[in-house]
Amino acid sequence: MSALDFSFVDWDIFSKFVLKGMLFSVELTIVATLGGIVFGTLLALMRLSGNKVLELPAVVYVNGMRSIPLVMVILWFFLLIPFLIGRSIGAELSATITFVAFEAAYFSEIMRAGIQSIPRGQTMAGQALGMSYAQNMRLIVLPQAFRNMIPVLLTQTIILFQDTSLVYAIGAYDMLKGFVTGGKIYGRVEEMYILAALVYFVICFGLSALVRRLQARIAIIR
Amino acid sequence: MTLDWQVFLQDDGGGRTYLEWMFDAWGWTLSVAGSAWVVAMVSGCLMGILRTLPPDTRLNVWLARFANAWVELFRNIPVLVQIFLWYFVLPKIFPAMQQVPGFVLVVLGLGFFTSSRVAEMLRAGIQAMPRGQRYAAMAMGFTTWQTYRYVLLPIAFRTIWPPLTSESMNLLKNSSVAFAVSIAELTMYAMQVQEETSRGIEVYLAVTALYTVSAFAVNRVMALVERRMQVPGLVVAGNVGGGH
Repeated sequence: MSALDFSFVDWDIFSKFVLKGMLFSVELTIVATLGGIVFGTLLALMRLSGNKVLELPAVVYVNGMRSIPLVMVILWFFLLIPFLIGRSIGAELSATITFVAFEAAYFSEIMRAGIQSIPRGQTMAGQALGMSYAQNMRLIVLPQAFRNMIPVLLTQTIILFQDTSLVYAIGAYDMLKGFVTGGKIYGRVEEMYILAALVYFVICFGLSALVRRLQARIAIIR
Repeated sequence: MTLDWQVFLQDDGGGRTYLEWMFDAWGWTLSVAGSAWVVAMVSGCLMGILRTLPPDTRLNVWLARFANAWVELFRNIPVLVQIFLWYFVLPKIFPAMQQVPGFVLVVLGLGFFTSSRVAEMLRAGIQAMPRGQRYAAMAMGFTTWQTYRYVLLPIAFRTIWPPLTSESMNLLKNSSVAFAVSIAELTMYAMQVQEETSRGIEVYLAVTALYTVSAFAVNRVMALVERRMQVPGLVVAGNVGGGH
């Protein structure tokens, strides 16, 4: 065993370096989850519309996104956004846009499965009551689909939170970067990697324990 | 915007063209992902089995606890952080590990990260089987090892093959995090050549195409295996999951 030394760790390091990154990681997770659910639901509805003109772009988009590594997607957006709008927008904003676009593809697959899990009879009953497509979706299908999908959605959110560390590729200031920056100043990066792993572990383990409890409750109700 | 594909014919300053370098990088991506796949399958299946051992001896109980802890440990830390731990932290704690090549450390990192997902799938696959299967095997006088070898695993593997297929594709995509510790794989290549040549779009397009082709190839190979080991009349349930 050789020199690991945690004596330099104090609250100051946390508040000066880590906190800012942690807030960004959390913000990125929340924005990408909400944005991903909204756009993902739209993509799922396009795929299930039965209209080829709507279906095809959604299929291409979802399968395209899902076959590329997230790191490459992050790099792509970071390269393309300044190219398209003519000015640089910063790594953090670029990462946020990337994650919403990327997660939409994953959430759309979850939503599609959720919508398909609702028996046809529900839609038909809605139609028999004279509901329009929009009413049927909004009042009958989506509320049930969301409920069925909540555990999977939350699990995806945990994975998403872990994946926010990949913004390392474009140098955005997230939680991992916060730990590394603090560690570099004290020349103790290895110790900070361990602390980072610990903090990620506690957050993700806690959240997945919550999801398991929720899952048990939902399973009883159904 | 005009694309200039000639960039791939330029010399990279070391006597090879960017095209040749790209195929080298592709080779690295495939070997990192392939080796990590072997590590993930071996350790993941072992852990998945241990988690479902019947709790009739103390040893079994402890083995199951160990495997559960293994899964939680490797599942709840981001893969990039795990790579850093393997590459920077472990060699510092254990100086003997400084002799181990970076490639091996990254393969272990990626492999064990993926093993937690494999173990989770296999556990679910085994537990999804009717309990009577295990009891029938016991009634036949099978040992625990024989029960797994001849009764539980053959069915469980067929059940988990579809999610295992997407996990294998995830592993291939996750191998891109090796860029962070200077393994000369595709993502690293993309970042570096983008900087050297400023032809980012051409380079990214080519690298993206290679990733897509590789992921598709993995998918086809797994589908082929799935067809080959199909048991007529045996319906296995599909599985919806997240993950990247």
